[in-house]
Amino acid sequence: MQFLSNLIGGVSLGSVYALIALGYTMVYGIARMLNFAHGDVIMVGAYVVFFAFCSGGMNPLLAILIAMAVCTLLGVTIERIAYRPLREAPSLAVLITAIGVSYLLQNGALLLWSANPRAFTSVVSIPPISLFGGRLTIPGNTLVNVVVCLVIMVGLWLFVNRTTPGHAMQAVSEDRGAAQLMGINVNATISLTFAIGSALAAVAGALLCSSYPMLQPTTGAMPGIKAFTAAVFGGIGSIPGALLGGILLGVIENLSKAYISTQISDAIVFLVLIVILLIKPTGLLGKKRVVKV
Amino acid sequence: MLQRIKTMRSSTRSNLVTYGIVLGFYAAVQLLNAAGLLSSAFIGQLVPICAYVMLAISLNLTVGFLGELSLGHAGFMSIGAFSGVSFWMATQGRIPAWLGVLCALVIGAVCAGIFGLLIGVPVLRLEGDYLAIVTLAFGQIIVNVINALYIGIDARGLHISLKDAASLNLAEDGKVIINGAMGITNIPKASTFTLGIVLVVLTLAVVLNLIHSRAGRAITAIRDNEIAAQSIGINLTKYKLMAFIISAVFAGVAGVLYALNFTSLVSRRFDYNTSITILMFVVLGGMGSIRGSIIAAAALTVLPELMRSFGMESYRMLIYAIVLIAMMLFNSAPAAIEWRKKTAQKLQGVWAAHKKPAGTGSGKGAA
Repeated sequence: MQFLSNLIGGVSLGSVYALIALGYTMVYGIARMLNFAHGDVIMVGAYVVFFAFCSGGMNPLLAILIAMAVCTLLGVTIERIAYRPLREAPSLAVLITAIGVSYLLQNGALLLWSANPRAFTSVVSIPPISLFGGRLTIPGNTLVNVVVCLVIMVGLWLFVNRTTPGHAMQAVSEDRGAAQLMGINVNATISLTFAIGSALAAVAGALLCSSYPMLQPTTGAMPGIKAFTAAVFGGIGSIPGALLGGILLGVIENLSKAYISTQISDAIVFLVLIVILLIKPTGLLGKKRVVKV
Repeated sequence: MLQRIKTMRSSTRSNLVTYGIVLGFYAAVQLLNAAGLLSSAFIGQLVPICAYVMLAISLNLTVGFLGELSLGHAGFMSIGAFSGVSFWMATQGRIPAWLGVLCALVIGAVCAGIFGLLIGVPVLRLEGDYLAIVTLAFGQIIVNVINALYIGIDARGLHISLKDAASLNLAEDGKVIINGAMGITNIPKASTFTLGIVLVVLTLAVVLNLIHSRAGRAITAIRDNEIAAQSIGINLTKYKLMAFIISAVFAGVAGVLYALNFTSLVSRRFDYNTSITILMFVVLGGMGSIRGSIIAAAALTVLPELMRSFGMESYRMLIYAIVLIAMMLFNSAPAAIEWRKKTAQKLQGVWAAHKKPAGTGSGKGAA
């Protein structure tokens, strides 16, 4: 029963990773860049929810909506100012810029909101469910994490596969030049991708801090890196891959915390990343890309 | 003498200037120190400056010359520091101090080099962004594992544990060297500014010679176009590994130098932020410019002290971040490059109009 409980905890954490991983995987799939600042957008989202809901007493759903709006604006602005001018530049330059943006957000938050950790009140008010005569309890947070993650995944999958902007995204990810020739506005499509990824980051931030109620300017950095690991694990560019990778990674992390060591659980997670990249660099559900000269 | 300098290859002349800067800095510090003009805070920064200069030069080899982004440079520094200092602690009082320091440096270099090889062999087969994330992961793993690592020594030899100090099962005479999250404490300091400068010059000698050798040209060719380099028969893996391992080795040596300057050593000091700080030195100094790395590392190590005295300490990282983004946009954005070219041409035009015999071409180009 203890094992089952740890497993469920892992799925819950994994759902949050999956949501964050979506942001990475979409941006990587379409703009071919690793948006290092994504983890810090989560942090900003969590702070907005904190000020609106935890200390402002607003309705939690409304607070999350505001956070989504703020993060969308932030994500699109970052893309416009820092990434768009570098679209044709070498990937090293883009990557270093993204690290700079990540640092900017962290240190900006540090100055604005100080390094003191804030106690985050959970946005979820669903009572826990007791199973097997009380031997297994599933916290309300877990249920919400899993349900929200699944709903968003399905919604996004439908969006990408069934709508015109979604098809534009796929086209840009397949071949940017050809997409442009077909009359697709590449810049707008990439902006849209950043907008969706950042809005999801706000949701992920609220859920993450509801499960782990400590909010600091560095809160987003580690989950961000782990979620990128999850995206690579599942196959970067693939939406179902982000879900699979996120949940597997969450389970691995929780089980290694429970049965191996809490101190080196992060090391184990990253070891998984290295092993995956060596054995199957395209991830579990990823497609192989052929490099043309 | 002058004649010889004139007939030298320009790269040799440029290298001499670089060595000159380092030695000039050394001489200036010694003179000012003898005159009693240096604050104790600045003197305390001297060894870290040397360590950071070495780190920046070695990272520049990977980032600037090989063109691969490594975000785990602090991890190699950490491995060097912990292996070297562990040896230093274990052999306290058994061998002479100079031999101990020398061996610690060599051990730090070898251990970091071995990890460079272990990480490099699989990772260098990956594409750019993946390499960055894996080196980042590697850095985190190192911090995590050393944070949970316990090493002790007694008459029976070394004891290693990942649980706690008690599970080392040390004999009566044993002592704990690495105590988990507490790290290594009570280290007898051994680093001096002179040692630091000697190591910086050694790093320079190796890296500059490498860059201007056949191997160095192969490395920069890989950076400029991997497929083209491969097609003319350059062994990608060999040269990538060469650059990566040399970079790791000097990071390890710098780690030992840095650690032996303090009485205690914890793994958290070598986290992701340290890797980013080193990257900052390389980017601000100019990727691919060794001299730039030296100056940026030295200046930015002293800068926090200066900013503290102006009460701007809390803005330091924010300013770093903004400068980093601005630098990348200015240096790499196609639009900015175009603009700089145009401006340079305009300036040249103005210059030529001033100086009547036009077309001397002494206008300044966009470097």
